[in-house]
Amino acid sequence: MKTNYNITSYCHIKNNHISLNGSVIFSEVHTSFSEFIKAAYKDQNTKYSKFFKMDNLSKLAFLAADVLLKNQNLDLEKDNNIALVFSNKASSLDTDVIHQKAIQHKDNYFPSPAVFVYTLPNICLGEISIKYKLYTENSFFIFERFNAEHLFTYTNSLLATHKAESVLCGWVELEEENYEAFLYLVSKKEGDKEFNKQNIITLYNT
Amino acid sequence: MEALKQELKENIIEQLNLEDMTVADIADDDMLFGDGLALDSIDALELIVMLDKNYGIKLTDPKEGRTIFESINTMAAYIQEHRSK
Repeated sequence: MKTNYNITSYCHIKNNHISLNGSVIFSEVHTSFSEFIKAAYKDQNTKYSKFFKMDNLSKLAFLAADVLLKNQNLDLEKDNNIALVFSNKASSLDTDVIHQKAIQHKDNYFPSPAVFVYTLPNICLGEISIKYKLYTENSFFIFERFNAEHLFTYTNSLLATHKAESVLCGWVELEEENYEAFLYLVSKKEGDKEFNKQNIITLYNT
Repeated sequence: MEALKQELKENIIEQLNLEDMTVADIADDDMLFGDGLALDSIDALELIVMLDKNYGIKLTDPKEGRTIFESINTMAAYIQEHRSK
């Protein structure tokens, strides 16, 4: 299916690397995701006062989105109609487990409010929306694996019906020390990668 | 009392994930909310849980928190008077 849209930018975070449009922009070996994402946050000069309050899934999604969006030269004083369409497999399981441990025993029952607020995967979309002042459509889907077909169809629908001018979409998966973010921006702007299912799969596997 | 204040600062930094802060950055009379450490409403809930978990103090009236959590000084004074563990 041919569309009039292009993939104008894309970002990967995995295996101690961050890449933007195919070029590695940060690489540092750390023994834990927490240490890696902290180092990456500082290296990328991502200033956001609530970053360290987030759970790991939100940190991953937020940093991937920030790396990509800050290179778009957005005017934050204007409305930027960028929809967010994210997906993963584990939902917010990583944080759910931490919450479960806090309420496991009746005699040691101390649920953490700061942990509990992240027991939904779509909370990361809110953090990105706050930083970039996006009052736009957003969705977070749970799939068994990366689902290029669904992301393509849903994004195409948002753009074709003028619900959004651009869509930031992709996959943000995190469970314990296993993490992977792949986000891409789709719009009518010029780009050398046509927005289609095959190109999404190709970029995802890059 | 000084040891309790030190402990409170360490716990606040750790439990509220104030990554860029050290104990030395928090003065005893710094405002914890507003212009001081700029803690938010979720942080306030975490402090209530901390009082319960670490010191056996249950706050039944959230309005009490406004004065108790004004600064390290006010927190330490309240804990010293009401702690059960």
